[in-house]
Amino acid sequence: MDADKPMVVVDDLHVVYRVFGAGGDRGTAATALLRIMGRKTRGSIREVHAIRGVSFVAYRGDAVGVIGRNGSGKSTLLRAVAGLLPPERGNVYTDGEAALLGVNAALLDDLTGERNVVLGCLAMGMTKKETKEKFPAITEFSGVGDFIDLPMKAYSTGMGSRLRFAIAASKSQDILLVDEALATGDAEFRVKSHARIQELRKDAGTVFLVAHNLEEVEQTCNRVIWMERGKIVTQGEDVIGIIDRYIAASGGAPVERDPVTGKRIHARVPLKT
Amino acid sequence: MSNDRRLSAPGQLQTGDDFATSGIVTAELPDVPLAEFARAHGLRVAAERPQVVRYLKHLWLRRHFIMAFATARNIALYTEARLGQLWQVLTPLLNAGVYFLVFGVLLHVSRGIPDYLGFLVTGVFVFNFTSRAFIASSTVVTESLPLIRALRFPRAALPLAYVMIEFEQMLLSMAVLAVILVCTGEPITWYWLLAIPVLLLQTIFCVGVGLASARLGANVNDYSQLLPFLMRTWMYLSGVLYNISTLDIGPRYVAILQINPAAIYITLMREALMASQRQSQPGAQPYNALKCATWKHFKAAPYLDWSAYCRPITDPNHYWFYAIAWALLAIVLGFFFFWRAEAQYGRG
Repeated sequence: MDADKPMVVVDDLHVVYRVFGAGGDRGTAATALLRIMGRKTRGSIREVHAIRGVSFVAYRGDAVGVIGRNGSGKSTLLRAVAGLLPPERGNVYTDGEAALLGVNAALLDDLTGERNVVLGCLAMGMTKKETKEKFPAITEFSGVGDFIDLPMKAYSTGMGSRLRFAIAASKSQDILLVDEALATGDAEFRVKSHARIQELRKDAGTVFLVAHNLEEVEQTCNRVIWMERGKIVTQGEDVIGIIDRYIAASGGAPVERDPVTGKRIHARVPLKT
Repeated sequence: MSNDRRLSAPGQLQTGDDFATSGIVTAELPDVPLAEFARAHGLRVAAERPQVVRYLKHLWLRRHFIMAFATARNIALYTEARLGQLWQVLTPLLNAGVYFLVFGVLLHVSRGIPDYLGFLVTGVFVFNFTSRAFIASSTVVTESLPLIRALRFPRAALPLAYVMIEFEQMLLSMAVLAVILVCTGEPITWYWLLAIPVLLLQTIFCVGVGLASARLGANVNDYSQLLPFLMRTWMYLSGVLYNISTLDIGPRYVAILQINPAAIYITLMREALMASQRQSQPGAQPYNALKCATWKHFKAAPYLDWSAYCRPITDPNHYWFYAIAWALLAIVLGFFFFWRAEAQYGRG
């Protein structure tokens, strides 16, 4: 298999959100009328320039970690790569279908987990037979157990995100975009999902991971993109180097690392005597 | 969204944003322009909407999804109610009951119409299908936002599923209608089979308007607020409660009202199911000025059926032509209208 095959090319991407009802306009009937009469055009629409000129290439088999502070444009970038947000300028090119997994990507809240699994599989283009075959594996992987026949609104946040991850990860996607979806899972699920991401990488896909848990990025990813204010600060395969700089820039204490392997050394908390 | 309001190039990173990144090997971008690089490796623009044929193919591949989505929504709709699925039958019955009480018993709109109960209930059920297709589809994009943002699939599957739900509801309503008609003494004849093509044509029409309505509802926030009023106006103009040909607004306006899509499907359905409608429609008998004038004057038994001796304002034989034309027009325009914005749904 060709390892140098690019899967995602992002070329000078700009994404702009238009937010309705932003400040200034109090949203009264009078101001609305003025707007309609053309005296105040688009008074309450504010533009948010979320991504400001981002370019990078991700190759087959890459697991790309996207790090940066809140509001730096990480989630927006993922949604643009998934083709869910049209770019204002520039372009996103992908090879194949992209699936986005986000924290608030609940499927259909008032339906049971079981129906969500079936609908999710069918929406991803599986046949009825494939769906039936995958069903036990998905429920097993999600670990929601008996809750599978309850509506998803009865699920805890963690259970919901586990089921969503299980659905999206059941099909080997060409490009899997994971946006903090693992953050709410418990330790056991993290181990499982970590293993599944590695498997998907082997299936010649590309995985993007947005996470504030930097250790998770370190363990999972072979490339990192560090974003601030809608731009890339730096990117590359020096995962540990970039993460250490990011920690330093955020004002965190430096991570102690093994000089040879680069692995984190976890200081033991001494027992009180 | 238009691209004509482009933004000026973003500024440099401000001084406070300078991060210490020296000593890190930054990944090199290819030497060639990225657009060329992407094309050379066979990559496609992510947010691009597929060509019509490919789009229809994808839609066909998702047909099981459409059915499953429709069933699931339908079940979710009634799980909170104690009577559950029974509401699917109760809703049309109550609807018909209210209209019959107000317009049939209290206001006597029924003057001049034989078998008014069947006439009214057929009209209410058929119109409801059209109006529900408009109203339900207008919220489909906002309601399914989580699904749209999580998975890639042809978005037209969603309004299609919503219209499927209304179609299932319509089938149940038709069963209720058949019972009502038999109870009011309507004979079961071969003409009843004509209800099938009428329903099919109306369903095609509804899919078309559902697609258009879904895009409007997603783009224009005020649309779903306005819609119920538009629908009510349309209902009063379409002869659901009365016979359009009795209106005193001049033959030209009567003809316009008669060929509007809602009225066309209602009229065809009434003629398929009700013997009195087949026999009393203007033009069903050779023209007779005296009998026509008598009907216009009395509009009561025993002259109820004599409207048949009046001249038709719109030739009833053309009704089928209009029914087909409206269905095709709606599905073609509705599909293209929805498809053109395919990449925009879900941006919120």
